[in-house]
This record gives sequence, C-alpha cells and structure tokens, in this order.
Amino acid sequence: MAADLNAFVTEETIEGDADAEGPLAGRTVAVKDNISTAGIRTTCGSEMLADYVPPYSATVVDRLTEAGATVVGKTNMDEFGMGTTTETSAFGPTRNPVDTDRVPGGSSGGSAAAVAAGEADVALGSDTGGSVRCPAAFCGVVGIKPTYGLVSRYGLIAYANSLEQIGPIAGTVEEAAAALDVIAGDDPNDGTTRDLADVEGADPDASYAAAADGDVEGLTVGVPTELFEGADERVVETVEAALDDLEAQGAETTEISLPSVEHAVQAYYVIAMAEASSNLARFDGVRYGNRAESDGNWNESFAETREEGFGAEVKRRILLGTYALSAGYHDKYYEKAQDARAWVRRDFEDAFADVDVIASPTMPVLPFELGESLDDPLRMYLADANTTPVNLANLPAISVPAGEADGLPVGLQLVGPKFGEETIVRAASAVEER
Amino acid sequence: MSDTAASDDGEAAVDAEEVRHVADLARVRLADDEVDEFAAQFGDILEYFAALDEVPETEREEELVNVMRPDEIEEGLSQEEALANAEETEDGFFVGPKVS
Repeated sequence: MAADLNAFVTEETIEGDADAEGPLAGRTVAVKDNISTAGIRTTCGSEMLADYVPPYSATVVDRLTEAGATVVGKTNMDEFGMGTTTETSAFGPTRNPVDTDRVPGGSSGGSAAAVAAGEADVALGSDTGGSVRCPAAFCGVVGIKPTYGLVSRYGLIAYANSLEQIGPIAGTVEEAAAALDVIAGDDPNDGTTRDLADVEGADPDASYAAAADGDVEGLTVGVPTELFEGADERVVETVEAALDDLEAQGAETTEISLPSVEHAVQAYYVIAMAEASSNLARFDGVRYGNRAESDGNWNESFAETREEGFGAEVKRRILLGTYALSAGYHDKYYEKAQDARAWVRRDFEDAFADVDVIASPTMPVLPFELGESLDDPLRMYLADANTTPVNLANLPAISVPAGEADGLPVGLQLVGPKFGEETIVRAASAVEER
Repeated sequence: MSDTAASDDGEAAVDAEEVRHVADLARVRLADDEVDEFAAQFGDILEYFAALDEVPETEREEELVNVMRPDEIEEGLSQEEALANAEETEDGFFVGPKVS
C-alpha cells in the first residue's frame, strides 16, 4: 500500500519512550520530511536535500518520542512545502487513498495520506498557507494549524517563517488534539514561541484533547460570505449541511463579512515568496545539500547548483520573491502585502468580537485529479483562498470532515481567535459526532 | 516590468530579459525554455498581484517584543557533525567554489 500511495520518502523508525504514559504511548507517528530527524535523512521533497542527514531532531519530534510515540517514517511533500497537491516533490506525487487518481492535497500530502490509509496513527505536517488543512480536507482526516507561536519551529526547515506552524493530522479530532497537547509549548530554541502563562486570556494548563467533548450549546458560528462565494457548489452544499447539524446541536450561526480576504491570496503569495527567496538563499551546495559539478566561479557555481537542485515551482517562488523585494517593486508588492496582512488581521479581530468561531469550506474545490493543475501555477494558488487568511492573521484553525460530495471528502474549516484552540477543537468534535 | 498589466493581444508583460535578470540576482541558472515559460506565467501572476493596489494603507500594530536570555555555554555540534553534510571538506574546513 505504501509503495502505491508514495506517502513516505523514507521509512525508518525512531522508537518512542517505552515507559511513557498518555494518549500517545505506543502510537505511531509519521513526520513530514521538512521536520528534522537526527540521523534520518530529511529531504524537504527536494533533490537539493536528497542526501541531507540532520545532526539534531526538531523539538516536536523529541516531544512526540518522549510521549511514547514511535516515528515510522518521513512523509512526502511538495518541494519545500511549495504546492497544494504534493505533485512538486522530487520523489514523485503522492496519491489520495480515497481515490488514487486524485491528489492528496498539499503540501503535507504524504502525512495526510499516511493517516487516511492507516499507515500511521498520527502525522505531523507544517502549514504555511494551508498545508496541513488542505491535505486533511482532501483525504478525509482532521488537521490542525495552531496559533502562530504555540508550537516550536526549531528543526523545521524554513520556507516562510512569519507564516508557518507545525500541526498534527489524525483520524479524529480528539487524536489530533492529543498530539497538539504534546507538541505545544514554549521552547528556548524558538524565540517566537509563547509561554501561555504570559498570554492574556490563554489557559496554560489547557488540555486540547479534553476539549473534544462535542458541546456546542450556545456557541456562535460566524459564516463569512466571502469564503463561500466562488466555491464549488457541491462543496458549499456539504459544508452547509454540516453547519445545519451544528445548529441542531445548539450552536447559532450568523452571517459575517471579511472584506479583506479578497486580497489574502495575493498578500500571502507575495509575503511567502519574499521570505522563501531569502530563506532558500542558504542552499548554495557548500555546507550541505547537492552541489553541481562546476568549473565556474563562486556565483556561477551557486547558480548551477540551484538550477540542478530546485524544481520549477521552487524556482518560480524564489524568482518572484526576489522580484517583489527588488528596488522599485518593494513598495508596490511587499509593502502593500503587509498592509493587506494587517487588514486581514483586523477583520478577524473585529469578527471575533461577535462570534466564537468562523466556519467555511477548507478548500473551495474537490481534490484535483493528478496532473490537472501542475501547469497552471496561478490556478493552484487560487485554491488556497480560504486557508491563507488564517496564516496572515496568525490564528488557529482546524479542518474536520464535513461529509462527501461525489464520493470525495469535503473539509469544514473552523477558525478561532488567537490561542483559542480549545474552542475550535470543541466545535470540530461536534461536527464529527453528527 | 514597470507595467504589469497584460497587453491587449495577450502577450505577457514580462519578457525573457527580465526573467534572466531576476534569476541572475537570485543565483538560479535557467534553461532557455524555462525562461520563456516563466515569462508567460509571471505575467499572469504579477497581473493578479497588482490587485494589491486596491488595499488601503493600514496601521500595523505589531505586538513585537525582544526575546533575550543570558549567554550560557552549552554543548554545540562537533566539527565533525557540522561538516558531515558538506560535499567537500579539507582539514576541518568547508571547501567552496573558487571566488573568481
């Protein structure tokens, strides 16, 4: 099965602590291949890092194994996390276990496919613009993108630092929440993590798994029209049916408006590409990574190494990011994107004055067929319309299966206020129970 | 690339010369067919990004604080570990390409 789906790039084991107790003891976990594992190669789905073996493990990996989970392998992904289908991997595409002619979503497609196919109990992904939630939705499993600063990024090979968080994928809301309990918490090795004791309104002793109690009595669900417009009708119907069920369980839904999100995809891609162009400058073939045979000087050798090591989508993003940051275009693109980011953040803050969670389809489309969107990058970017606003606003969100349309999974996304993970877990567990 | 709008005949607003210039800045060599493909795609993508013009100037209230800690000596990577992933090393150093 594993070979057919191509969910794993590397199948090697890191044993969990056999004496550990708790919900992750004795469980198996699959880890996205951009999260460092000491002694096990970590490729980022790229030819550039095909032979890279990290000398240390990411904080999240240590926390999982200390909690008794055993790592069973490194999962396939869009190269450096750049994609929505897991087709830009240098190691070939992953197939969706629900329908093997379709993509599993991306960029954490291997992680979601591994969980959906039963090859791991839990998986870790990383979410820069939807990369945990999209594959969770496409494969019919649960994925959580935590609030920026809840989970350590130490050992995550960076793509766009200001946007990304590591998050869990699992078969049920409670299992995903239990994994989040283990990986969450401040880390001296990541200065952007927050100690919840210092965060106003947050509960440092929160148990996310315990919040999966299905109790939505009195919960107010905001439904933003902008995130339903333009979505596939079959997706909208499935999500609306799930929202009707939440109402039947005692929740109240109310229409809201988030006008800024019309610019979220533009802002997200400008910021992510700009950060990528800077982050990926480190891959020059000297300290690690593939190095081209070159007779050229320093600059020529770097350019040839990067031509060889990077795939088309990574090159596109590095070039567009370089362009957006270059003299004369910085104000037009990068500065305006930062304005849009602040606007999106303010829109969500205003909305959360009146509602507890915000609901939408996770993806506006059903899973693509393999090869369908690969030659049209802009079309692929537009599929991220509902997920990217959350990263721009640094908020937590969960994708939970809402049902099926034409036999394909549809995900419902629930967004919460900053560090409001318990609320989205609670609401998602009610969706699951219907 | 000063004008990012596509012209009427659908011709991309980004030409091959500009793609080569940015690729040069980014130290990424491109094959000729890749240059042409990127020029067409960048025209579409930049035209889409141009809608950011409609975004109002927004006050950015960043809640940023410095995160400081006292310097403490801790165990780091050994020289051997630090060099383990390098393609070429010599006497405990990384070997880079020639400078000129």
